[in-house]
Amino acid sequence: MARSQTALPGSAMAGILRDAALYALVAFGLCVPIIAYRTDPGPGTDLVLVPRWGLVAALCAAIFAVRLVQRLVLLRRDARRALTPAPTQATEAVHGEPDAGQKTSKLGLRLFIGIALTLPMIAALATGGLSSARYWIDLGILILTYVMLGWGLNIVVGLAGLLDLGYVAFYAVGAYSYALLSTTFGLSFWICLPLAGLFAGLWGMILGFPVLRLRGDYLAIVTLAFGEIIRLVLINWGDVTGGGAGISSIPRATFFGIPFTAGEDGFAARFGIPYDSMHRLVFLYYLILSLALITNFVTLRLRRLPIGRAWEALREDEIACRSLGIDTTATKLTAFALGAAFGGVAGSFFAVRQGFISPESFNFLESAIILAIVVLGGMGSQVGVAIAAVAMVGGPEMLRNLGFLKAVFGEGFDPSEYRLLLFGLAMVAMMVWRPRGLISVRLPSVSLGERRAVSGAHVSEGHG
Amino acid sequence: MDVFVQQLINGLTLGSIYGLIAIGYTMVFGIIGMVNFAHGDVFMVSCFIALITFLILTAWLGVSSIALAFLVVLVVAMALTALWGWAIERVAYRPLRGSFRLAPLISAIGVSIFLSNFVQVVQGARNKPTPPMLSGGITLFERDGYAVFLAWKQVLIMAVTAVLLTGFWYLVQRTPFGRAQRACEQDRKMAALLGIDVDRTISLTFVLGAALAAVAGVLYLMYYGVVSFSDGFVPGVKAFTAAVLGGIGSLPGAVLGGLIIGLIETFWSAYFSIEYKDVAAFSILAIVLIFMPSGILGRPEVEKV
Repeated sequence: MARSQTALPGSAMAGILRDAALYALVAFGLCVPIIAYRTDPGPGTDLVLVPRWGLVAALCAAIFAVRLVQRLVLLRRDARRALTPAPTQATEAVHGEPDAGQKTSKLGLRLFIGIALTLPMIAALATGGLSSARYWIDLGILILTYVMLGWGLNIVVGLAGLLDLGYVAFYAVGAYSYALLSTTFGLSFWICLPLAGLFAGLWGMILGFPVLRLRGDYLAIVTLAFGEIIRLVLINWGDVTGGGAGISSIPRATFFGIPFTAGEDGFAARFGIPYDSMHRLVFLYYLILSLALITNFVTLRLRRLPIGRAWEALREDEIACRSLGIDTTATKLTAFALGAAFGGVAGSFFAVRQGFISPESFNFLESAIILAIVVLGGMGSQVGVAIAAVAMVGGPEMLRNLGFLKAVFGEGFDPSEYRLLLFGLAMVAMMVWRPRGLISVRLPSVSLGERRAVSGAHVSEGHG
Repeated sequence: MDVFVQQLINGLTLGSIYGLIAIGYTMVFGIIGMVNFAHGDVFMVSCFIALITFLILTAWLGVSSIALAFLVVLVVAMALTALWGWAIERVAYRPLRGSFRLAPLISAIGVSIFLSNFVQVVQGARNKPTPPMLSGGITLFERDGYAVFLAWKQVLIMAVTAVLLTGFWYLVQRTPFGRAQRACEQDRKMAALLGIDVDRTISLTFVLGAALAAVAGVLYLMYYGVVSFSDGFVPGVKAFTAAVLGGIGSLPGAVLGGLIIGLIETFWSAYFSIEYKDVAAFSILAIVLIFMPSGILGRPEVEKV
């Protein structure tokens, strides 16, 4: 193609046009009839069809244009590339040098932590007051919850290489532990928090024990089955879990025993500051931030211990691990249980923040989102996970603010409707373009002599 | 006894539908070793294509012959769903061949999320009821006021499944495409060396799997008379369970597994509790994968170092 551009620009162009037309034709086939006719409830029980051929035409035209531009750009790039040898043609082993992402990650990390630590202040200053910053602090809490979940799952998926599609089960166990313990026994949040982690970890062990002899895809599917079983039990075991209606009026978090109320012994009165309902939210923000950072700290430390190294070895090659005398079952089980425990702690935080939980919060999609965060972050990279959580949770949230699109697509257009659609597309696109995630270069945890970054392409995780 | 026979009929009907979907899972796993997580959602898309085609035929074109309408719906749904299957493989899976092992699975999860939300966006979140396509049936026997009823649509479902499976078995066992497909299953590299177009064979596998899912979709729509955008996940997981139970990679196994899962589900609902029927299906999935991962008719996987 590249050479023919110089020799025969006309025929190359015709080929590209034909190719783009083919794409548009396929798009047309996919759109008919699922987009062309919308089924709306009509009079009675019957459905009526509403034709939307204009939309189909617009979509096909868009596909045609995108493909045309893509091909033209590729043509240029190929022509340029033909002049320089590809790096894959190197005769010596290529070590991934620390790339730009790796070099800036130290600075980026500090910036990141700095923003995370001061977000409530920044938001309050920017929006002029704590209560108007509510949206931003809420968003921060949401993102940090996912950062914590992502770091928890990262132990299982990123470090030990075990694909867990039912992680949300442990999140649910944690949330329900706190909700049930506090509403039936009146235990305080601070006692329940470690207990929730403990319970979730225990469940991780119970579920992990039979599962961990499986490999790869099978492990993924069984964990998915367990996640669904736990959710279905939560829905159907109405006497204990409140069924589909869930549990409401879960006690709120206290400042180590001091409630956030306007009364005499409330937080504001004790500390001699004017009462503001936002104190609780800011406290929750710092709570989840510290929980997330604890998760991060524990993970980073564990990576240096023999157990952490065993996890990573397991991810790279299970058979080699076994022949070196590593007890693979125990190693997998610790990763599974530890990841589950962090999930449980995050779950109990979720329960205390919401004050209400129901099984619908713990469906498969939630597991998929957490997994997507870990994968997009570049499995095993802590910073990557945090960035991915911001992108995956904060990004869709931004969709709500795209009101101007209404002017383009008409009044009935709601960008947040497309949140999960784009989410699914992003997952596929990420796998196609950067299957190793955002930060795919990693430094070995332990090495002899100089520590050299290893490109993600040289490691083969995910066989566990 | 009468309840038993009735549930047997219902279970076999449901099992036929699961079996048809399961073939798509089993073939794809056999040939490229990936769990095509989006297959359940492809099935759901086919239900919608069938629903809209049926409405166009009956409400707009005034086709009154049910047999003709059914046939047209079946052909259209198979063709368009096959196109979906082809496009998905092309866009989301083919570029990942040779990538690390979990990449296709994650990509498939993305496709699954995309498809269900795509349908939700373009068709709305509500359940879509369809006018009954085929009603009536015969009462097999009646005892103590309990009539064992065999609906025509149940007969149709079982008949269509049986015919398609025979045709499909012939395709895989006796045609050049089937030979290429089985060769790719055994050793993709060697098959390529011997002149088989591996990419084309894999594409065709996806196309066939999607077409069979479309048949299942049409039958499902006819049987239940209602579909919604979220209806892909649970039948998908159950069909996958069926594929694993029968022995992944084995076509008769997929159908056998489908029938067993269908029977277990209906009997569980009838004799134990209807709320926990999905728990039963998921538990079987876990138990089979843990204790007999090669399934009933599958070959045990040999671990090569």
